[in-house]
Amino acid sequence: MGILQVKNVNKRFGGLAALADVNLDIEQSTVHAIIGPNGAGKSTLLNCFVGRLKPDTGTVMFDGTSLLGISPHEINQAGVSRVFQTPEIFGDLTLLENVMIPAFAKRDGAFTLNAWPDLRREGDIRDKAVSMLSDLGIGDKLKITAATLSRGDKRRLELAMCLVQEPKLLLLDEPTAGMARADTNATVDLLKGIAAQGITMVVIEHDMHVVFSLADKITVMAQGTPIVEGLPEEIKGNAKVQEAYLGGAHL
Amino acid sequence: MMHNLINKRDLPLFLGFIVVVLLAPIIMNPLGAGYPDLLQKFAIFGIFAIGFNILFGLTGYLSFGHAAFLGVGSYTAVWTFKLLTMNVVPAIFLSTLMGGLFALLIGVVSLRRSGIYFSILTLAFAQMAYNLAYSVLTPITNGETGLQLRLHDPRYLDNFLTSSVETSLPSTTFFGLSMSGFSGFYFCAVILIICFYVSLRIFRSPFGVMLRAVKSNQERMSYTGLNTRPYTLAAFVISGMFAGLAGGLMAVTDPLAGAERMQWTVGGEVVLMTILGGAGTLIGPVLGAVTIKYFENIFSSLNDNILMGFFSFMPEPLQHAATAVAGLFVGEGWHLTLGALFVIIVVFLPGGLMEGLSRIGKLFRRGGGGDGKKDAAAKFATPAE
Repeated sequence: MGILQVKNVNKRFGGLAALADVNLDIEQSTVHAIIGPNGAGKSTLLNCFVGRLKPDTGTVMFDGTSLLGISPHEINQAGVSRVFQTPEIFGDLTLLENVMIPAFAKRDGAFTLNAWPDLRREGDIRDKAVSMLSDLGIGDKLKITAATLSRGDKRRLELAMCLVQEPKLLLLDEPTAGMARADTNATVDLLKGIAAQGITMVVIEHDMHVVFSLADKITVMAQGTPIVEGLPEEIKGNAKVQEAYLGGAHL
Repeated sequence: MMHNLINKRDLPLFLGFIVVVLLAPIIMNPLGAGYPDLLQKFAIFGIFAIGFNILFGLTGYLSFGHAAFLGVGSYTAVWTFKLLTMNVVPAIFLSTLMGGLFALLIGVVSLRRSGIYFSILTLAFAQMAYNLAYSVLTPITNGETGLQLRLHDPRYLDNFLTSSVETSLPSTTFFGLSMSGFSGFYFCAVILIICFYVSLRIFRSPFGVMLRAVKSNQERMSYTGLNTRPYTLAAFVISGMFAGLAGGLMAVTDPLAGAERMQWTVGGEVVLMTILGGAGTLIGPVLGAVTIKYFENIFSSLNDNILMGFFSFMPEPLQHAATAVAGLFVGEGWHLTLGALFVIIVVFLPGGLMEGLSRIGKLFRRGGGGDGKKDAAAKFATPAE
């Protein structure tokens, strides 16, 4: 029994079947990659996990509770954090504040009227945020406004915001898109480190180098349906995968 | 102990604020504004704007309906004077409470939407409140005439404590201290300082950061496990309480409440004050309130005769022409000046007067290697850290 179980999920946008009968089982403490051509429904599927979209039919169970019909903040409080394809950060706030906010959310829950104590006296939260930012190599930019960061640093920041919550499940939507090769390698190493801590990850990725160096298991999607699922070695030589990606040509 | 009360970095700012407010009668005297009536207005609208800034400056939710809470505060205070006591303490306490309660009611509904829809909902509620006060609720609000004190109001608490028969309308007091003239101003000034302190604490608190996060990226907030609705509602209610308090103080200094206080133009004015001074800054809203009330006082008191005298150095046809043009901008036309001022500020200084001060501060730092006072001004201009 996996930590995340997706059963018979369907989602239609008008006449288009974005997700058609998706079944997925994510094992605890594994890295599960979802790959597939553009428009295969990968991001739509992640959106169904975090409450951004509601599937028309089917169930999504996380750690014994249904993720359908509860709001995004409740899903996060249950232990699911997501890194978006385009970084979603608090652009007007400093890096330190960006990471302290999720740390507060983890400690104090969805709402606390914490209007009297001074932020500077929250030493524990601050230390946690600082060390997380340092781990990601942006610890020297604590007081910088997040919007001014480079794209790569914004991704790191968003990752720090997710990791500081010590999520049970981390969803990553193309974590290395638009990165230079050196940055990509650094990110892969970083994610390997996170995986080693036992955090379950679902990764959507186009870069096969990243996929094969990270994933314990791979699901290939095409036209809204998982067509193949297996270990990386099995996927590499699979004819159906090559069909879906390259129209039959060999990898 | 001290650093529990206030952040060391904010101490100069706060002490400076206290000094300026307490010395306002002396400081404003050369500007012709050193008299209590006007200074009181500065303080009261300062409180109104400080509260509004907690909502608008931090969360970015633009309410056009805060006049409703101001009006509610005023009516509550006058009713307290009529029914309980002429002592102002229960009046301001209850008007703050009622402002908060009304904000809770309106906020719960309005905050279901954001952006322009939120603004329009608040505007609609404020107009409803105004019309109710003006007509339907006449038994409570005394409609067009406005709610006033009467000689034989029950004043249960006062009459219970003393048995003297009233022969003239009593005046509002703070435990015997009459709330007219400078004692009235200093009463408002002390409350302004307290309000500023509360706003400072909120700005520097985790809650304050959450409110700025709402403004920055609500979606990220909810994917981070935070429920944005109660945060915005709390900010809305707090700012409603400030508005109620300001309305109460208006009644303290002049025990009369009219529906015109609830009109949308009053709600629009506090928006202008906050933006003009610098939304999201600590000092900005107070600065904006003082600036607008000061210029309102000057421009609205001018008339064509004074202008003719002003332009008397010109040849007569030119003098008439200049007066005719300038006459549009003064007296009743003062709002035209306000509009022009607002356009200039928003176009050239979108961060308001505080941005201007901070730019001047930077200029000095680059030029003369750091003039302490201007540095401080620049620091005040930056939003809460």
